Amino acid sequence: MQRYSGFGLLKHSLSHHENWQRMWRTPTPKPVYDVIVVGGGGHGLATAYYLAKEHGVKNVAVIEKGWLGGGNTARNTTIVRSNYLWDESAHLYEHAMKLWEGLSQDLNYNVMFSQRGVYNLCHTLQDMREAERRVSANRLNGVDGELLDTKQVAEEIPYLDCSKNTRYPIMGATVQRRGGVARHDAVAWGFARAADALGVDLIQNTEVIGFRKENGAVIGVETNKGFIGAKRVGVVTAGNSGHMAKLAGFRLPLESHPLQALVSEPLKPVIDSVIMSNAVHGYISQSDKGDLVIGAGIDSWVGYGQRGSYPVIEHTLQAIVEMFPILSRVRMNRQWGGIVDTTPDACPIISKTPVKNLFFNCGWGTGGFKATPGSGNVFAATLAKGEMHPLAAPFSIDRFYTGALIDEHGAAAVAH
Amino acid sequence: MLHIHCPHCGELRSEEEFHAAGQAHIPRPLDPDSCTDVEWGDYMFFRDNPRGIHHELWVHATGCRRYFNVTRNTETYEILETYKIGEQPQVTGKPVVVAKAIEGETV
Repeated sequence: MQRYSGFGLLKHSLSHHENWQRMWRTPTPKPVYDVIVVGGGGHGLATAYYLAKEHGVKNVAVIEKGWLGGGNTARNTTIVRSNYLWDESAHLYEHAMKLWEGLSQDLNYNVMFSQRGVYNLCHTLQDMREAERRVSANRLNGVDGELLDTKQVAEEIPYLDCSKNTRYPIMGATVQRRGGVARHDAVAWGFARAADALGVDLIQNTEVIGFRKENGAVIGVETNKGFIGAKRVGVVTAGNSGHMAKLAGFRLPLESHPLQALVSEPLKPVIDSVIMSNAVHGYISQSDKGDLVIGAGIDSWVGYGQRGSYPVIEHTLQAIVEMFPILSRVRMNRQWGGIVDTTPDACPIISKTPVKNLFFNCGWGTGGFKATPGSGNVFAATLAKGEMHPLAAPFSIDRFYTGALIDEHGAAAVAH
Repeated sequence: MLHIHCPHCGELRSEEEFHAAGQAHIPRPLDPDSCTDVEWGDYMFFRDNPRGIHHELWVHATGCRRYFNVTRNTETYEILETYKIGEQPQVTGKPVVVAKAIEGETV
């Protein structure tokens, strides 16, 4: 792999940037791999990268039905934070946060990770109590967090309407200053490039249409281009995980919903952090390009069409205008939907399955982007050893039978 | 936006008046006390999540406030039929296992 550097940039400028190496190969699938990762989104590519880098498992393929990072990885609103309430999830998301902090150097690829701070607004006394509890819980788990009152919020977010004249006046906020945003495409491309350099085969435009099993263990995947053998298979297919589970012969406690987001026309800098509100239900940040990145809630019905309903967009923009009246006449540029796999307790499923050697990493629902490196890291360890990584162990499918749910509906906040 | 025919009101109304309430035709366990953890887990948390034909429960929240069932394609979002609680779907596409109503109770 050609390493990127300032000097390289200078050198390539002499040849008009026409001779850059391709970021990854287009390999022909081998007949058999040690590990096959199904799904070439951020989580899948991160899984392949850490398998090769940390566990020396280099005979790995990532099989993607479309193109790399073309699903939810390219459709989210790029928010990264780790201020979850319960120990299990705080540990997992904080593991991801620590990896985010060194990710650009690690991958030799600028993922544009910007720790600009994530604010969660409180509009009711109950919000304030919950916020105080969550900040305290976060600190005990080594996750940074602060509780702000209205005056501090007004000082830090100048255009936010903190007056008492709103329908739901702002009473305070929590802030995680290490939270922020990262460029989502760059995350997928960075992991893909680094994984490819370590020998991982990235196989695009190949759809998995079944799993071949022998004595209750998976021995490979059937694709639309033929059979590919594998000793272990990890499925990381987000919204389509329920469908993959059906192909493998079991059910998952997942429902797939459309989740929409939208961006405005590019503006001068106006919002320098990420602001989320559970109560009025919207969140907003501004990209480096200048467009406002706005998130909506999920549609309540199951859908796979990668588009949602207009009422959801309208409600979201109502919330944004409630928070930022200054934005009331901004025009929206693009709007899209992704399919998110939600679980009953708003926590992911990283688990063994009834099929031996077949593992699933799914159920990240509305907020999986922030966990990309951490999810890949623990899932890679799981696939390499065949045993659950300690951070992933509480997220097994079994919790829906034992009752050991990890209820993060509060901290999962607005769908994003 | 979806347009949904409420079988109670007999009118085609816009999606905003409705709430989706999840998968339809889930029977309550007949003898809850004898259910195993696996049976309870399945009943509480595991849902069909099909790509294609799906039978689901909706409520006409800002209309008649009554529940009814919808058969909808989850890929095209096309609504194929709506029918009252206790009735069986006419459109089932591929074979769909529709659970039987419990005696004396409709699902």
